[in-house]
Amino acid sequence: MLAFILRRAGQGLLVIFAMIVIVFFGVNVIGDPVWILVSPEMTQEQVAEVSRSLGLDRPIWEQFFHFVSGVLRGDLGSSFVHGTPAIRLILDRMPATMELALVALVLAILVGIPLGLFSGLKPDHPVSRAVMAVSILGFSLPTFWVGLMLIMVFAVMLGWLPATGRGDVGSIFGVTTSLATLDGWWHIVMPALNLALLKISLVIRLARAGTREVALQDYIKFARAKGLSRARIVGVHILKNILIPIVTVIGLEFGSLVAFSVVTETIFAWPGMGKLLLEAIQRLDRPVIVAYVIVVVVLFVVINLVVDILYSLLDPRVRLSEAPT
Amino acid sequence: MSVQSLSSAPAPATPAKEETPFARFVSQFVEDRIAVAGLAVFALIVLAALLAPWITPQNPYDLAKVDLMDSRLPPGAKAGDGFTMWLGSDGFGRDIYSAILYGLRISLAVGATSCALAATIGMTVGLIAAYAGGRVENLIMRLVDLQLSLPAILLALILVSMFGKGVDKIIIALVFVQWAYYARTVRGSALVERNKDYVEAARCLGLSHARIVFRHILPNCLAPIIVVATVQTAHSISLEATLSFLGVGLPQTEPSLGVLIANGFQYMLSGKYWISFFPGIALLVTIVSINLVGDRLRDVLNPRLEK
Repeated sequence: MLAFILRRAGQGLLVIFAMIVIVFFGVNVIGDPVWILVSPEMTQEQVAEVSRSLGLDRPIWEQFFHFVSGVLRGDLGSSFVHGTPAIRLILDRMPATMELALVALVLAILVGIPLGLFSGLKPDHPVSRAVMAVSILGFSLPTFWVGLMLIMVFAVMLGWLPATGRGDVGSIFGVTTSLATLDGWWHIVMPALNLALLKISLVIRLARAGTREVALQDYIKFARAKGLSRARIVGVHILKNILIPIVTVIGLEFGSLVAFSVVTETIFAWPGMGKLLLEAIQRLDRPVIVAYVIVVVVLFVVINLVVDILYSLLDPRVRLSEAPT
Repeated sequence: MSVQSLSSAPAPATPAKEETPFARFVSQFVEDRIAVAGLAVFALIVLAALLAPWITPQNPYDLAKVDLMDSRLPPGAKAGDGFTMWLGSDGFGRDIYSAILYGLRISLAVGATSCALAATIGMTVGLIAAYAGGRVENLIMRLVDLQLSLPAILLALILVSMFGKGVDKIIIALVFVQWAYYARTVRGSALVERNKDYVEAARCLGLSHARIVFRHILPNCLAPIIVVATVQTAHSISLEATLSFLGVGLPQTEPSLGVLIANGFQYMLSGKYWISFFPGIALLVTIVSINLVGDRLRDVLNPRLEK
């Protein structure tokens, strides 16, 4: 087990390093950011001075080694635009993105599993057909357009929910979050639903496929023969067995929720790190772009590792096949 | 007369009418009414995009035809030039209906081009991986795994932040994002085909590697590729629209559906819904129709479901 974890962790570090190399050189191909930071009246000397102060006059190799040694010390460089450390900027915005992704995830589970279970148990019921049709639509609808429609209907036409912003924030265990206030919850409903839509469709499909498979197994027939109540068969015997794949996929999808929050945050003016990335791209703020990518890739690698370990704990078959030979 | 007798006479030479695989495929496909409807709608959309200059009242690129006085008119209003703007007009005074058809051209062209390029690259790489095996395969598949472990939207954002705006750059970014799906699919089916007898026979005939791979193995791997290509076309249209909406995709000079929707977003909160709404519906119908076709293709072409 330890060897398995260590090998996975090693692979993860390799992925992170590969991404650092690719993104650093890739991002530094973009035009010279100095011209965005200086005003047209500046003299050639002043421009050179700005360039020197940012380290942009150095050969790219030197910039890279400087950058990597900085990364190892936890320093990802300073934002060209804000002048503050890039990693600080991102970590400041992180709680907003995390709370959004978390609420979306919970929403996907709470809505997706019951609907999937139902349409798996009664595949020919009209409700099941409707659920499946909606889930196909959920896969097809572009996230940003759904967001626009939500704003149009619930904020502009009906006026029920606030269209933009995060609302009042409170503090839970020292983390500033809008989940601490009622106004914050009011603000998070629409963005979270928008972000969750794709995942709801995914969970419905997984739960439905799982249920249809499990419902035919001998142990379900046995449980029925034993005279167990229907609620117990569905709630315990079926649910337990469809949860393994769902937990795995949901875990892996958390990373993609964080990535997709770029779109949702832009539409709902949610002050998270996705919005920060987009602003950085538009202003060619290289350190922030690179820092964002590194933070997200590390997040991905950690999630994948945790899911792998959880999976091998939940399902002994994986552990056996992965055992070192 | 002879032609008539030929066609009407039952052919005694072939006992039971032998169906070609293609005919069987078609008859299976049309069993699903919804998929046929999807295909019909998609064909209509492509046709409308192709015929755009002839079936629209206004060329939205022609500055002489567009009048700022007409801007933000509600659906059904009369334009200064006298024609009716059934879907209203946008912030520049362009007729939304015309803008949608012209925008469809750009969206479809970008989607189709990036898909064709990604498919070509992905297929070649996947075939090489499966045929070569060993280290080459290991390296390629590691790369594919690495790429597929990151969400497409994140990868696309990183790429456009490197390349910048423009049609060519967006296409490059979309190709980068998508080739791995094809590579993985092709490798999977090519690995199965590689060990079959006909490949062995071709090898014994002394055919070149390139000929074996492209003439013998590739045609037998096409079914899953077609499914992936359909789904990915819809995906790349959606991704391009998303990037354009975020302001990092196509520039204002190439108004795809995503750009049109982005332009209307600022008017949304003041209740002028139609500027974003109708291009959004066009995008939605396009993507859903392609996905319906793709869903059916997956069912028909999947050998595991064949009875």
